[in-house]
Amino acid sequence: MLGLELYELPLLFALQGVVLYAVLAGADFGAGIWQLLSGRGERGTRIREHAHHAMAPVWEANHVWLIFVLVVVWTGYPIAFASIASTLAVALTAAGLGIILRGVAYALRSASSGAAEVRAIDTLTAVGSLLAPFALAAAAGAIASQRVPVGNATGDLYSSWLNPTSLMAGVLALLSSAHLAAVYLAADARREGDEELVEAFRARALVTGALAGVAAVAGAIVVRSDARWIFDRLVDTPAVLSVGLSLLAGAATLALVARRRLGAARISAALAVAAVVGGWALAQNPVLLPGLTVREAAAPDNVMVLLVISIVAGGLVLFPSLALLFRLVLRGSFSAEPAIAREPSLAGPSSGLTATLTATRLAGACFAVGAAFLVIGEGAWPHAIGVALLTAFIVLGLSALAGEDARE
Amino acid sequence: MIAALGPVEQAYLLEARQMQALSFAVHIPLVCFGIAFPAMVLRAEWLWMRTGDEIYRVLAMRWTKVMVALFACGVVTGTILSFEMGLLWPNFMGTFGAVFGLGFALEGFSFFVEAIFIGIYVYGWNRLSPRAHFACGIPIVLAGLTGSLFVLAVNAWMNDPGGFKMRDGVVTDVDPIEALFGNSHLAYELVHMYLAGFIVTGFLVAAAYAVGRLRGRWGRYERIALTIPLTVAALAAPAQVVVGDWAAREVAKSQPTKLAALEGVGRTERGAALHLGGWYQDGEVKGGIAIPKGLSLLAFHDPEAEVEGLDAVPAADRPPVNVVRVAFQLMVSIGTFLAALSAWYLFIRVRKKRMPSGKWFYRLLVLAGPASVVALISGWVTTEVGRQPWVVYKVMRTNEAVTAADGIPLGYATLATFYAGLIVAIAWILRRLAKAPMAADAEPEPEHRTAAV
Repeated sequence: MLGLELYELPLLFALQGVVLYAVLAGADFGAGIWQLLSGRGERGTRIREHAHHAMAPVWEANHVWLIFVLVVVWTGYPIAFASIASTLAVALTAAGLGIILRGVAYALRSASSGAAEVRAIDTLTAVGSLLAPFALAAAAGAIASQRVPVGNATGDLYSSWLNPTSLMAGVLALLSSAHLAAVYLAADARREGDEELVEAFRARALVTGALAGVAAVAGAIVVRSDARWIFDRLVDTPAVLSVGLSLLAGAATLALVARRRLGAARISAALAVAAVVGGWALAQNPVLLPGLTVREAAAPDNVMVLLVISIVAGGLVLFPSLALLFRLVLRGSFSAEPAIAREPSLAGPSSGLTATLTATRLAGACFAVGAAFLVIGEGAWPHAIGVALLTAFIVLGLSALAGEDARE
Repeated sequence: MIAALGPVEQAYLLEARQMQALSFAVHIPLVCFGIAFPAMVLRAEWLWMRTGDEIYRVLAMRWTKVMVALFACGVVTGTILSFEMGLLWPNFMGTFGAVFGLGFALEGFSFFVEAIFIGIYVYGWNRLSPRAHFACGIPIVLAGLTGSLFVLAVNAWMNDPGGFKMRDGVVTDVDPIEALFGNSHLAYELVHMYLAGFIVTGFLVAAAYAVGRLRGRWGRYERIALTIPLTVAALAAPAQVVVGDWAAREVAKSQPTKLAALEGVGRTERGAALHLGGWYQDGEVKGGIAIPKGLSLLAFHDPEAEVEGLDAVPAADRPPVNVVRVAFQLMVSIGTFLAALSAWYLFIRVRKKRMPSGKWFYRLLVLAGPASVVALISGWVTTEVGRQPWVVYKVMRTNEAVTAADGIPLGYATLATFYAGLIVAIAWILRRLAKAPMAADAEPEPEHRTAAV
């Protein structure tokens, strides 16, 4: 293939996780930013409602990608994870606080009523949505600019992520999140047939896209003077191809949005983000942290094999499930008026009294014998039988007491 | 010294531990709802599909809103926990990440499946066919079980570390499967925690409706809403007593120092007594009730069995006895109370074929809700503080695992503030959802337009 080594595979999966998080959670954070910048009045309310509802069904799933990245890195490259997390403790805490705000606001939204409440909650969302992507991108900037040494908090807790490169990365992340969200929300509004909202988000997508382009160029100048090592590698092959692809995809997105080809713009906007992450990875390769290569950081081969098997097996469950979720969302199934009538039921009352009595006695017997196995028995088998019998007790007990849910 | 990142000086180790404990204490009750509540929602939905009675659908839909709000908070607190693994314990992660990390990777997928199907389930109400909708709830329940399995595999490994060798302070011969699934603690920890999920969720939800009953809100809807969680919890609580006994005997075998701390055994002795209550001081339990030979009998099924005391290990290797012991006694006494209350309920249900009618039953049920959370957290304090001073039992000390970074007190204070806000937010959400008018759910209406008006 591409001459991939086993020790690189989990990192590749983690990078895919980073891309998916940057695109999906990025769009979610971006939507949070638009809730802050919605403007007042009825139109502002509609923008905020649309930004919330388009993201709501996929909120949880989008945010789990971050956990995926963390667990893959700490299993596959434990030394690197420990060094990064300890030096970037403040940045990651800030990101964590942003994620708390965003999550709590999401939960609060489900119980809120009244414009003032919703407005306050959306402000919470927005603060979290500014904090989390900025801090996470600043942390990425710290790694890219070689400010995270190997060791237990051996880098500077503040200047590691509060430096020109990190700040540029943070700003770029905010702009690209807002841009992604605007493109997605415009496309969603199109599906719902709300042309006024389409135009509102189209305009936002164009402005933020252009700003992101400007920030990328300014960022290149900043990185050149601040972090020459990564800059030189970014403008060299093979990274430069990926960076170039990102710029092309970004320009294409602007063109597509301008021409109202919103479905295609979704894809090119995501590609632009993916290519930036790809370019960064290619530029760093094979250096993970200063003085630590990917190979040196990698866990033993047998662990890597198990990790790859787990990720592939997990992916076989995950991706069909995600496909189902996104198909339902993108098809608009979750926003259309419900069309399904309730099925009439012909089922009568459940078991008779005799059956209930038998189940009760059987449940009691299972408890007694199961307890004996667990308390007196020694070793795996008696305990397994004991647990099985206690489970049977609970299941039989549920069925014995079930038919009476509605009785006085 | 075995830390991969070298030795570490940390003045605020205790604060780091407290910060981690706070994060767990907020996360674990939410986990219980992640484990058990979907099953209860599905139970209500299943009753609706079987009987066609609208009341069950209204119940399932109202509970769904609670489920998703609590799950969202659980996603957040779970993310914070995974951050803290590295923020607070980098040497632990750096040294042993390869040994146990796979457990979290597998758990991550469980969490993912849960998150995806919760999304489908919540927004699929009235938009998928009833059968398809119900089917989409099943992966949530299964993922709750597998998620518990994988997380507890890591915790079981920390208590009974295997699957690796130490050579000159370096971890070698790593075998993650042996480490995670080959240890003796996993089985009882999983059963104990999974049951706890149903007990805590069941009693908390039932307690909410018991409050309503005491205030005069007691229609058919409330009765069903109380009965479904209470029945599950009342069946799980007696089983938990038996499982708890099993757990204690496993601890007696593999972590004698932890058992000695649980029971306040200062000196190794034959025919050790069991103490109820009291306070550990100067190597023995002062006050309380002593049951002669009780501990030897319970822990080893032999009244003359030798019980290893705390004096078997140097003072530096002992956990803080009273913290562990009080937590343990609290867990056991609340567990006994919950089992007794359950027996009362089951007896009335089976013999009298009705719900208990006395006010006192419902008053105690109101108490049972928060008490079950106290028992849950006490149980975790028992096992986690009981493991101290080790993070990896008898291999790595907590003070070797900790970060070298400054500013732990500040981070701790900030997190505490945010979590106080989170708890207030959860209380507000639950109150709001409880007060929402019933009629809003009776009509199949997409909820996402209601917020705007």
